[in-house]
Amino acid sequence: IHFILLFSRQGKLRLQKWYTTLPDKEKKKIIREIVQIILSRNQKTSSFVDWKDLKLVYKRYASLYFCCAIEDQDNELLTLEVVHRYVELLDRYFGNVCELDIIFNFEKAYFILDEFIIGGEVLETSKRSAVKAIEDADMLQETVEEYMNKPAF
Amino acid sequence: MSDVVERTLSVLPGLLGQHEPGDGPGRAGGPGRVSATSRLGSLIRSITALTSKHEEEKLIQQELTSLKATVSAPTTTLRLMKECMVRLIYCEMLGYESSFGYIHAIKLAQQGNLLEKRVGYLAVSLFLHENHELLLLLVNTVVKDLQSTNLVEVCMALTVVSQIFPREMIPAVLPLIEDKLQHSKEIIRRKAVQALYKFYLIAPNQVQHIHDKFRKALCDRDAGVMAASLHIYLQMIKENSSGYKDLTGSFVTILKQVVGGKLPIDFNYHSVPAPWLQIQLLRILGLLGKDDPRTSELMYDVLDESLRRAEINHNITYAILFECVQTIYTIHPKSELLEKAAKCIGKFVLSPKINLKYLGLKALTYVIQQDPNLALQHQMTIIECLDHPDPIIKRETLELLYRITNGQNVTVIVQKMLDYLKESKEEYAVINLAGKIAELAEKYVPDNEWFIQTMNAVFSVGGDIMHPDIPNNFLRLLAEGFDDGKEDDQLRMYAVQSYLVLLEEEDALYPQKFLQVMSWVLGEYSSLVTDTDPEVILPKLHSLLRKTYVTFETKVWIMAAVTKIASRTSCSKTVDNLIEDFSNSLDTCMRQYAFELKHLCEDKALMKSLLPFDASCKDMVVDASLSFLDGFVAEGLGRGAAPYKPHHQRQEEKLSQEKALNFEPYGLSFASSVSSSGVTGRQSPTGLSFGSDTSGNSAEKGHKETNTLKLEGVRKLWGKEGYLPKKENKVGKENEPQTVSCGGLLAGQVGDPPASLSDQVASLSEEFKEKQQLASTLFIGLGSNAGVSLMGKADTATQKFKRKSKINETQNSEEASDFQNSAALDFGPLIDTVPINMEDCEGSIHTRLRKASLCSSDTVEDNLAFETPQSLKKSGLDDRLSDSRLSQSSLFADSNIEIFQPSPSAQCERASKTPLVPSLPEELEELTHSEVVELCQSDALSLYSCKVWTDDSLLLTVFVSNKTSSALHAVNLVFEEAEHFQILESLTYRFPVIEAQSVEHCQKCVWMDGVCTQGILSGSINYQSEMETCLEFSVTLSLLDFIRPMEMTTEDFGKLWLSLSNDVKQNIKMSSSQDSLSAALNTLQQKLKLHVVDVIGNEGILACQLLPSVPCLLHCRTHSGMLALWFRSPCSALPDGLLYQCQKVMEES
Repeated sequence: IHFILLFSRQGKLRLQKWYTTLPDKEKKKIIREIVQIILSRNQKTSSFVDWKDLKLVYKRYASLYFCCAIEDQDNELLTLEVVHRYVELLDRYFGNVCELDIIFNFEKAYFILDEFIIGGEVLETSKRSAVKAIEDADMLQETVEEYMNKPAF
Repeated sequence: MSDVVERTLSVLPGLLGQHEPGDGPGRAGGPGRVSATSRLGSLIRSITALTSKHEEEKLIQQELTSLKATVSAPTTTLRLMKECMVRLIYCEMLGYESSFGYIHAIKLAQQGNLLEKRVGYLAVSLFLHENHELLLLLVNTVVKDLQSTNLVEVCMALTVVSQIFPREMIPAVLPLIEDKLQHSKEIIRRKAVQALYKFYLIAPNQVQHIHDKFRKALCDRDAGVMAASLHIYLQMIKENSSGYKDLTGSFVTILKQVVGGKLPIDFNYHSVPAPWLQIQLLRILGLLGKDDPRTSELMYDVLDESLRRAEINHNITYAILFECVQTIYTIHPKSELLEKAAKCIGKFVLSPKINLKYLGLKALTYVIQQDPNLALQHQMTIIECLDHPDPIIKRETLELLYRITNGQNVTVIVQKMLDYLKESKEEYAVINLAGKIAELAEKYVPDNEWFIQTMNAVFSVGGDIMHPDIPNNFLRLLAEGFDDGKEDDQLRMYAVQSYLVLLEEEDALYPQKFLQVMSWVLGEYSSLVTDTDPEVILPKLHSLLRKTYVTFETKVWIMAAVTKIASRTSCSKTVDNLIEDFSNSLDTCMRQYAFELKHLCEDKALMKSLLPFDASCKDMVVDASLSFLDGFVAEGLGRGAAPYKPHHQRQEEKLSQEKALNFEPYGLSFASSVSSSGVTGRQSPTGLSFGSDTSGNSAEKGHKETNTLKLEGVRKLWGKEGYLPKKENKVGKENEPQTVSCGGLLAGQVGDPPASLSDQVASLSEEFKEKQQLASTLFIGLGSNAGVSLMGKADTATQKFKRKSKINETQNSEEASDFQNSAALDFGPLIDTVPINMEDCEGSIHTRLRKASLCSSDTVEDNLAFETPQSLKKSGLDDRLSDSRLSQSSLFADSNIEIFQPSPSAQCERASKTPLVPSLPEELEELTHSEVVELCQSDALSLYSCKVWTDDSLLLTVFVSNKTSSALHAVNLVFEEAEHFQILESLTYRFPVIEAQSVEHCQKCVWMDGVCTQGILSGSINYQSEMETCLEFSVTLSLLDFIRPMEMTTEDFGKLWLSLSNDVKQNIKMSSSQDSLSAALNTLQQKLKLHVVDVIGNEGILACQLLPSVPCLLHCRTHSGMLALWFRSPCSALPDGLLYQCQKVMEES
């Protein structure tokens, strides 16, 4: 996986994660281009798009698009399931996740992604332990927070 | 800012109400709910509320300014800092620069408590990229956290390491991460493996020594750890599958267990056991079993089971099935499995789900190479997909068709591809498709007219973005022609006519490349068309020259064409006009061309001899020494001008004036640079003084031979962009002689559908009939009765064009890319010859011309460029003969020029006979050498080898002993090309005769091209006893065979050290037996052949070189039982390789 983008139906970027090194300008251009390509696609078409020498695999969940860029020899269906698994993980963590959860707690969404995919490869295949790792970390966070006796943010 | 926020906040409730219908009381239980009071929250809300991009920009800028103030204020607490970081990440995501915060992110990761640290690490991994300089500051934090007793901290450190880490700092954390592989918690072990995977990806050499630890991870009791290690294995097996064949059994067992559901239940995904793991394993097996029947045998069972188990109707099972099918078709085939896999593909292709259909087509494209009949089975689906609204399906279908193209269906398929090409806008798709069409058109061309029309379409649509090889190949095809001269002329005539028609349209805009092709063809071949007056063509070209959209480069092409046409006509008005137009052009190069044309027109005879008809493939004689300039030079010298010194000589003089450096240790490389650049400079025999003997020598010889120099050799080595390294012979297959036959091309369109279809046809609707017809034209020649493999290599289909056999196949690809040069070369001699004519009248104009052409046109520059390699090559040869082997060798090391001559010295040595038991000849016996090892043997002969480590190369001596009682004739020894090694002189050696019961030997000088720890040089020997016999053998060569001590003084060491950039540091433990520095240095000196330069206290410096002359310096220091090694070298891979060797010898001793 070269990169993952999450964006809304309005084309607003919600989350971006890059597994290849690119200059910022390039990234911005790519994001604009891809968001445009995907939003303009018909609902009935497949979930795959050719893009330069890569393939884009995307899926829409409610108002949010999840999009991954993969290489030609990668398995498109599997990538689709990677996205789905990620959504499941988010769902489990947030409890019935919606776009707003991701907007306002995007750093948590990043943490979950990091537990799941590292360096463009799927790391954790066990759902329970991925969420558990996050929750462990959160628990620590809450303990400390209680100690500090202040609300988050 | 505050008023904006306030204003927006007041509008918010109404807006947000629409967005948050689900945020009722029932959903508030999650662990990370929105805290509406947070500042981030308000920032996000206010941004959502804004309507224009401009307002957003303003708001974010304000936010960033306030953030900047906050983060840099000393009073800011870490807690506040964490909040700021989150907001910064958000701003950065929206595309606003926030680099001022990067350093604070690192600080936060360093100083914060757990959660602050976590945000800090996250910010770092999002903000910075791998080569960012600030990343170095993170290393210390990571090291500290890795040593922490808190699991979460260790986890965070490992996570960040496996995302971004500076390559050069790997040694600092590597031992710590290795320790973590033994950690009791599986999550730590897993992340450690993942971090090592990352290291493997960015610096494979640095983790070379822990391969056995990967094996341990593979056998880990936790499935997650094992799964993580598979990433590393997949990567390693991709690079070298033969090294891991022994693990096949383990992989098969693991897959069996996974498929059998033996893994813990929480690895299940939609009740499919560990799908990601399965797919990794299937890919690994595919790589291992490729072309290897024995290994494939092991996996048939488990593949069968995987196919059987994957039955639930879910995407993930389809993903596994797809992977299974690919693996089955990759490994050595087994008919039973192939059948099942084919059925599986059917399931995909016939699925109504578009995603599955796409994957089915992809699988079909993959397997069609082995089994074209599958395409027949699904032909109706393929036809439907051809008109599918989804472009990706369409494109995949075309890809499939591309692979089943043959001489009979080429017109239909190319038409389909052209239709798609005309529609597609995306650059990448156009490049890709244009290349394929051109390839098919050239390969299966049915007739001339069609070929030219197709290529015209490709050129006009593909335009300037397509691969430059396409026009080059096309022109080469026209120029070289085929066996049939009449056919050639027809093709050329047709091309000329079609271009004239195209140029007829006044306003048409053609891509530059197309115009270049047109002008070249018109220039070369327009005279073939007898009924067209040059006066018709010339005005067209003239008007093109005046168009603004025509680029400069194209104008040069057009000018060349005009000149060529002009040489074949008596005076032309258009030419005169043109000369007049451009004689005053502001563009110096155009002006130069106009002048040249003018002068040439005045002397028609010269012009005719300069620009002969249809001579683009003929060899050209060039006076590379520029001897005609002697007079000019002599005159200059006579007037007191300083003699010309080539660049290297000036540099040398400058250096010798400094007298600071002692050059002795680098004698090798320096000598070579003298001679190589010495001959690169343009020599003229007018007595320009050359500093060194070598270059003076070669200059003389260079001159003697220049008159016979042929351009042929040069074209192949130098291209527009400079030197072209030798490429694979990719065009080769097109050149295989094909039988000429062009009958029955249209037969396919009319009828002759495969038998299975013909009975159905009657009852079908019109539309269906149409499709049927399309199918029959597309799939003609594919049936089992045709029985031919359709892929390129084994192609037996009809092919019309046959290349002339005189073309050396290995040189095709180079020639192709050079074609552009040779196209412009017709113009080349002008530069050299014109001045001669004008010398008496305008003595100095020539220099001006040359200058103009040098700086203004790259096409012209090529003309200059080709002179240099010629002399380079020639004098390279001379150097050889004059026995300056060092310089010659480094010359050739870089330039891949192959010379097919056995070394003279080897020939003399071979003359002396040796007894049956091989031993080295006397002159080699004194040098250090390895023992004589037997490589292989047969009834008739045995092969032995011995490595002789001379100062400047590795001499690989191969002994062949004839065990029979009769003499063996014509014994050929052939080495294969190896990736890392280079055999000087030729790869082959021929023993004319080996007497009965005697031993012959030959020597090959071997160098290491690319640094690697160990590599295999394989080859074969064949001979004729009762029958033709071929024996294969291989020799293992290690890096150490090519390492030689390098002597130098401490002072030189210091200077060289500072000038080198690639460095690698590592600490290694010293065993008790070598706890002192001197003992360690001794080991290194003896085992690695390093030269100890100096020892100062507990530090030592050593130097060595990789043959021919790549230095590597080593600085070592002992402290508390550790030996700190620090390598530096101009070659980036060398330190890694040497480090590995050091570790090995230190462990051994």
